[in-house]
Amino acid sequence: MPFIANTEAQQREMLSAIGVESVEDLFADIPPELRCTGLDLPGGLTEQEVRLKIAAMAEKNSSGLTNFLGGGFYDHFIPAALDAIVSRSEFYTAYTPYQPEISQGTLQAIYEYQSAICRLTDMEAANASLYDGGTAVYEAIMMALRITGRRRVIVDETVSPIYRKMVRSYTRNLGIALVETPSANGLADREAIAAQIDDDTAAVIVQTPNFFGCIDDVTDLGEMIHARGGVLIVSSYPIALGLLKPPGQMGADIVVGEGQSLGMCVSFGGPYLGFMATRKKYMRKMPGRIAGRTVDAQGREGFVLTLQAREQHIRREKATSNICTNQGLCALRALVYLSLLGKQGLPELARTCAAKADYLRERLLGVPGVTLRFPRRWYFNEFVLNLPVAADRVIRGLFNRGMAAGFPLGRYFPEMNNCLLVAVTEKRTKEEMDFLAHALEVIL
Amino acid sequence: MKLIFEKSVPGRRALRTIGEGREQQRFAFPPELLRDAPAEMPELSELDVVRHFTALSRKNFGVDTGFYPLGSCTMKYNPKVTERIGNYAGFAYLHPLLPQLPGGEMMVQGALGVLKEMDRVLSEICGMAAFTMQPLAGSHGELTGAMIIAAYHRHKGNKKTTILIPDSAHGTNPASAAIAGFDVQTVPSNEDGVMDVERLREVVDESVAGLMLTCPNTLGLFNRHIREVAELIHSVDGLMYYDGANLNALLGRCRPGEIGFDIVHLNLHKTFATPHGGGGPGAGPVGVVEKLVEFLPTSVVRECSDGSYCLEYDRPKSIGYVAPFYGNFGIILRAYAYILMLGAEGLARVSANAVLNANYVLAKLKEHYDLPYDRTCMHECVLSASRQAAGGGVRALNVAKALIDRGFHPMTVYFPLIVPEAMMIEPTETESKETLDAFVDAMIDIARQAADDPESVLACPTTTPVGQLDETRAARKPDVVCLP
Repeated sequence: MPFIANTEAQQREMLSAIGVESVEDLFADIPPELRCTGLDLPGGLTEQEVRLKIAAMAEKNSSGLTNFLGGGFYDHFIPAALDAIVSRSEFYTAYTPYQPEISQGTLQAIYEYQSAICRLTDMEAANASLYDGGTAVYEAIMMALRITGRRRVIVDETVSPIYRKMVRSYTRNLGIALVETPSANGLADREAIAAQIDDDTAAVIVQTPNFFGCIDDVTDLGEMIHARGGVLIVSSYPIALGLLKPPGQMGADIVVGEGQSLGMCVSFGGPYLGFMATRKKYMRKMPGRIAGRTVDAQGREGFVLTLQAREQHIRREKATSNICTNQGLCALRALVYLSLLGKQGLPELARTCAAKADYLRERLLGVPGVTLRFPRRWYFNEFVLNLPVAADRVIRGLFNRGMAAGFPLGRYFPEMNNCLLVAVTEKRTKEEMDFLAHALEVIL
Repeated sequence: MKLIFEKSVPGRRALRTIGEGREQQRFAFPPELLRDAPAEMPELSELDVVRHFTALSRKNFGVDTGFYPLGSCTMKYNPKVTERIGNYAGFAYLHPLLPQLPGGEMMVQGALGVLKEMDRVLSEICGMAAFTMQPLAGSHGELTGAMIIAAYHRHKGNKKTTILIPDSAHGTNPASAAIAGFDVQTVPSNEDGVMDVERLREVVDESVAGLMLTCPNTLGLFNRHIREVAELIHSVDGLMYYDGANLNALLGRCRPGEIGFDIVHLNLHKTFATPHGGGGPGAGPVGVVEKLVEFLPTSVVRECSDGSYCLEYDRPKSIGYVAPFYGNFGIILRAYAYILMLGAEGLARVSANAVLNANYVLAKLKEHYDLPYDRTCMHECVLSASRQAAGGGVRALNVAKALIDRGFHPMTVYFPLIVPEAMMIEPTETESKETLDAFVDAMIDIARQAADDPESVLACPTTTPVGQLDETRAARKPDVVCLP
């Protein structure tokens, strides 16, 4: 039988040690009328059969399209060494490091991950990670409420609509006033936000580079919300932070984001990685696991999970969050990825993405009828085009030429039916970009 | 061991992953948008990085290393084939926004098929009408379930404020209920170790939105009065929530939907053998009975009349989105492969052997440690080190550390909270009798040593890279990052 070691003879031996006749006797506590009579399931496949079956399902996916889809989830190159390292079963078959003496590998890696996230965002403390970027935005909002004792938050429209719809679901039962402000020409609308900030406002939440790909220096928004006693939450894209001014230098109090780009495949939606970093003074308000460095009785340095008085297994319904663990293996992937890229490789990668996006933008703007939706903005690796026709039509046409040309924004922004969000990573070649421009011209 | 940042050598680098093309040369941002200096990532060769993490991995203990009877965590073997399948390129490089493009659904039929098939098989295993794959972890499934409870009562116009939770529950239950906006009331256990039905009867009133129950409970015991409990909760239009942490005991024998539960969350990383990953990623799919299907998160996968799959978004009563897309797809895929390999018969053998292994350990150890509830257990047993603590001062934590020196990962200690000096042992079905015997011998040896020479037990562990670490210092003077 798959994955069961004991032979029938051993099972009989064990039953007699227990003092029962059969395995059924061990289930005597379940009244007969509550038993089920067997499951109607496919299966009992061999290894070979299951691999063939699922490989056939994989082939029904068009995973080989030339990909210009982003929207916060990016197809970056993943070095072979990364997969080799995280395939070590000492990492992936372990659980949460409850026993620090035999979990120093996981714990030190979390500590190093926390350090890497702080170095990237220019913040002072980070947690061991959360499920994904959207959950991280929600958890940051809850943290801001705890810091300020207030009940109102302002979320700007340039924050990913995917995160915003998650935040709406999460906060629905909590009596939180969630105010969404419209954007202004691709950036957070300062006037709209200023008009909404009051003395019960816990936080302003913005994103840079934002959902439209625009880089937004939100330093002024930090000053604005700090003057009223609230906090600034910034969602960001970690690859961009290899080059761009980090949120910590813009006055952010909490920095969050989707860490998928740090060495995780897009994987049809997960597993991903939510990162979170904050100022030292707010560390005890942060949700999630945190690893800390300490010593043993002989003075040897080691690592433990710390500040656990915030957590559900101690605080139960009064905990900072219901989250029980972290995205351990994904956080490890992010750390190994950043270590392999290193101090030189990360800005190089960021510059390459931005430069390739700039090249593609120029090529596409050379197509008659195509314009930038938000001119006079700085972009990182993603931008919004105005097309002379519905973006949906262009998408269908380019599918036929083997390309996912971008994301039609009408889905989330009804007034943007002709708008296409186009992303570029280092994986896209000049030939692919030239071909996209050429094909677009043919279609239009 | 040095931090990776401390091993950095200025100017050193790993393999370059990107080449520079001509198209990149003329682009520059204005300086005010840029970092003042590069982020201080390590400067290392690829070999340096590989050696660093290999060294770290050797300070870890996983299921592949040895026996890992961590109670309530179901640390069963994670098959290698499911890891292989989990990395198939046809899924790994599939962008989650693709099906949201016009015509895009037809390009992800294999992935939608996996989601739909998992919905079907999990519904069959649990006796539910439908499952959502969105929840990203067990506690996230609990939160999703509690949000569904809130949506159900809001829709019916019920004024409900309270979720009932037994005192033996995981801490995530009350925390999840609180985030869904509920007050939490604790229900005590009786002398048999299960929730006291009489005490439950006293607290059930019109304010009760539902009951969250782990079944079998965290003592590894099945509540024989479960039908009665369900009737009581349903009598006030409350909902029965099944915490699937311990489903391993019931696979193929008993379906939550048939014993009175309305909502169930599963931990794919427990019952369905996906790796725990040092703390994640997991997956916590949630199943519901027919009357709750309309409240499930958006989107849901539908099978169209032509046999193709599509995503349905127009669901006005849905609780909305709890994940950015369709859940932790890579984990769902692994669990799907596992279920296909086991089939109905294999799943029933899982529960049989999980329960057999737990009762075998219980039978062998109950003379040597206190047994708070002397009953046949299900997939795990809870012993107590009270006797040892009262004798030579050897507490559950010390037994755990002594196990480390004997080559085992310890059991869960100090949980459930209702048992003093609790030691919660979950062997799982994938372990052999030889392994269990070796573990039992070690436990008996520790009990003997606790009586004869408690000091030597208290000194454990001595075989690890570090000894017991000063957690008080860690919390008082937090050192949680290394900055340049």
